[in-house]
Amino acid sequence: MPFKRYVEIGRVALVNYGKDYGKLVVIVDVIDQNRALVDAPDMVRGQMNFKRLTLTDIKIDIKRVPNKKTLVAALEAADVKNKWESSSWGRKLIVQKKRASLKDFDRFKIMLAKIKKAGVVRQELSKLKKETTC
Amino acid sequence: MAPQQRKPHVCRNPDLIRGVGKYSRSKMYHKRGLWAIKAKNGGAFPKHEKKAAAAAPAEKPPKFYPADDVKKPLVNKRKARPTKLRASITPGTVLIILAGRFKGKRVVFLKQLTSGLLLVTGPFKINGVPLRRVNQSYVIATSTKVDISGVNVEKFDDKYFGKKVEKKKKKGEGEFFEAEKEEKNVLPQDKKDDQKSVDAALIKSIEAVPDLKSYLGARFSLKAGMKPHELVF
Repeated sequence: MPFKRYVEIGRVALVNYGKDYGKLVVIVDVIDQNRALVDAPDMVRGQMNFKRLTLTDIKIDIKRVPNKKTLVAALEAADVKNKWESSSWGRKLIVQKKRASLKDFDRFKIMLAKIKKAGVVRQELSKLKKETTC
Repeated sequence: MAPQQRKPHVCRNPDLIRGVGKYSRSKMYHKRGLWAIKAKNGGAFPKHEKKAAAAAPAEKPPKFYPADDVKKPLVNKRKARPTKLRASITPGTVLIILAGRFKGKRVVFLKQLTSGLLLVTGPFKINGVPLRRVNQSYVIATSTKVDISGVNVEKFDDKYFGKKVEKKKKKGEGEFFEAEKEEKNVLPQDKKDDQKSVDAALIKSIEAVPDLKSYLGARFSLKAGMKPHELVF
């Protein structure tokens, strides 16, 4: 199977280890076999080992090592934020974060909602069952 | 201008590192203006006359010297204070009780008593927890808050919850085997009225929030997959 996501300048990656865990960063230059120069609008440009990055499908159009201003403009132009948040990967992460930050009262309300929903589903199912048997 | 209204004075000799000031002794002498004080006083630093020591009453030599030297206990200047209240516990917070008869119950925090214990109420109608004292260590504070402004908790203190002292009766021999006091420890009516008055205002503010009533009526328990160290309360 050929590779689909390549390390290239402009590749958006997700940090999966370390101080910036969970952030989306852009690969702005390749330093050597193991490290990339990485930048994001809310962090200082710095090097990161590839092992700390997970490549995403998103790629933006930038030249090697752009200014912060140009980088931010390119990110806006490619609409990376919305693309990420509407992708299934991005949506999963958002849901995980929401679940982790639920308070005790929220968990209770969710439990009530689940029970209600299951009740409605079961009612419909029994209605359908009645129709098919009779 | 009352003297208490002076601004706090900025340090004249800031630290370069701990133990090393920015200015030398001679510079500090100049900064403090000691030269000006001396000049005002004609070349010498102003001195106060020592007050004549008040004549102490003549002490008689003690009549009795103890045989062994007894060590005096060290002076203890600590004052008893109520336990420091966690920042997450404020009046109106919903707490989860972790131990005792009401373990798992979610209750409303009213105030901290002088002994350090927390005054808490169910409300009684909702989950059966009366006005009760509970220790801060046996409680998880959630971030859910109830509006407690309509509740007056001034009259409750530790004495209110203390055991009632009964007058001692002389034990007669015949009374040993009788079930002398049949009283089943009935709760006095005024305590019931206190409970009602505290809960009335509370229940109104609880019913204003959807689902809060059933939330307080339900017990908390750990289910499968819940990791307490990862839960946000």
